[in-house]
Amino acid sequence: MGKVLLLTRREISAYFVSPIAYVAMALFLVVAGIFFALADFRPGAPAGMRSIFDIMMFILIFIIPIVTMRSLSEEQRSGTIETLLTAPVTDIQVVVAKFLGSWIFYLAMLAPTLIYVVLLAAFGNPEYGPVASGYLGLVLLGALYVSIGLLASSVTENQVIAAVTAFVILIVLAMLGPWIATVVPSRWWIIGVRAIIQQATVRTHYQDFSQGVVDLVHVIYFVALTAYALFLTVKVLESRRWR
Amino acid sequence: MCAMIEVENLTKWYGNTLAVDRATFSVEEGRIVGFLGPNGAGKSTALRILTGFLPATSGQARVNGRDVLMESLAVRSSIGYMPENVPLYPEMRVEEYLAFRAGLKDVASPKRRAAVDRVLERCSLKEVRRRLIGQLSKGFRQRVGLAEALVADPPVLILDEPTIGLDPTQIEATSKLIRSLGGKHTVLLSSHLLPQVEKACSHVVIIADGQIKAADSLDELKKGLAHGQQVVMELRTGDTGDGPAEVARALGQAAGAADASTDEAGGGWLRAVVTLAADADPREGLCALVAQRGWQLREIHRLAPTIEELYARIVAGEAVTAGKEAA
Repeated sequence: MGKVLLLTRREISAYFVSPIAYVAMALFLVVAGIFFALADFRPGAPAGMRSIFDIMMFILIFIIPIVTMRSLSEEQRSGTIETLLTAPVTDIQVVVAKFLGSWIFYLAMLAPTLIYVVLLAAFGNPEYGPVASGYLGLVLLGALYVSIGLLASSVTENQVIAAVTAFVILIVLAMLGPWIATVVPSRWWIIGVRAIIQQATVRTHYQDFSQGVVDLVHVIYFVALTAYALFLTVKVLESRRWR
Repeated sequence: MCAMIEVENLTKWYGNTLAVDRATFSVEEGRIVGFLGPNGAGKSTALRILTGFLPATSGQARVNGRDVLMESLAVRSSIGYMPENVPLYPEMRVEEYLAFRAGLKDVASPKRRAAVDRVLERCSLKEVRRRLIGQLSKGFRQRVGLAEALVADPPVLILDEPTIGLDPTQIEATSKLIRSLGGKHTVLLSSHLLPQVEKACSHVVIIADGQIKAADSLDELKKGLAHGQQVVMELRTGDTGDGPAEVARALGQAAGAADASTDEAGGGWLRAVVTLAADADPREGLCALVAQRGWQLREIHRLAPTIEELYARIVAGEAVTAGKEAA
């Protein structure tokens, strides 16, 4: 446990001296801010964050891969993976630390958006329940996105490939459900497949959070998928030992 | 059994390429052993297998009695490893990095500061302790790599080309540091710099094409290749009327000599190279012969096999009489 903390601290420090991390953070906040102003902060609109929560789900598909692309791919490119894996640390400790480092940075990136809540409170009367649950959804969503970004970063030495791979996986994961519903015509057997795919889609499970509903099924979805992605990442690192 | 590092029939295939071919050698505790070989011989691969970074295809390796595959974490705790090209995190400061690595290697928190100070002192890094690693020159980077390997005071040190790319002064300083590690630590270092290896190491393991060609003490290896030793003389026949051919013939027939050849050395002097038979030292006899024949001698010295020669001959495939024993 001590080693995980040590490794995580190093990861976080590395993020905060990295220019790319700040650029991604700035980009996220600018775009989110613009959409917040256009969507939820209009005069006459109900004081809530429902639209912006939904929009953030999409923005993050672009932003989080940029944040996590460096994670394991840079270590592999520069050779520091060698000193890391020949130290007396387990692969699990390494992956957990990388994940926590990126996730905590993500949370730090998310924190400034709390100003939206302040603004809403200043000019209106927002319902804090849905806002709180919406943020919970974002926290869980971020964990999933980060774990996929980390997995993508573990299979390559090239940061760009890591980012693009993560982006593609996230797009499919997030959008497949809605796309299937609209594009594919309705046949009886398709309905079954469609239902399965919709259950696998992020959107299905994320939407309820911004509406104030915290359903255990949704929480489990995020936690389980995140854990699975981390498991796969550990396996990728472990594969080095039998390749 | 009690060798610090034991490698038995270690084999590593990269796809269809055989990188390490049934390598067998061992390193006794407290020794400083040089691991020599041409580029691509399998040195780095063998070292990486020992440190647990790569798996062997077959064979066994043990460090401090523990198998590198079965007890990987225990093995890694006993080894301080410095990979080739010294990979470091450019965004960290030197002492920060060393403290981080010390923590990873189970140096208890209260002792970390002292451990870092100790290696900073030992590797002459005090002046750059607060500098960002990305801003260090090559010499300092290597020293940080070495300091990192030493920070947890491990019983075994595995150094892959620790002096590559350094200037002569830095090489000397690093070699001195490595020499001082013997006894308390067991060191296996791979290098191309034969003179430095000769100065720092008592034993060598020579690998070429993935196979161990020799593993023994330097002295034993040199003795094993003593045949073919030569004595070089510079002499002048003066008024005796003997030509170069005559000189060669006479020298070649001296006691202890197997063959001789002569060359012009300018100004009437001849350079004679006498190849010796077995472990003989015929210099006295040769001098007497020269005096007897009335020639003038201005230089006589014996060419002992240098480590360069040893290495070149072994790598070229010459069999070693000493055999593949423990180094």
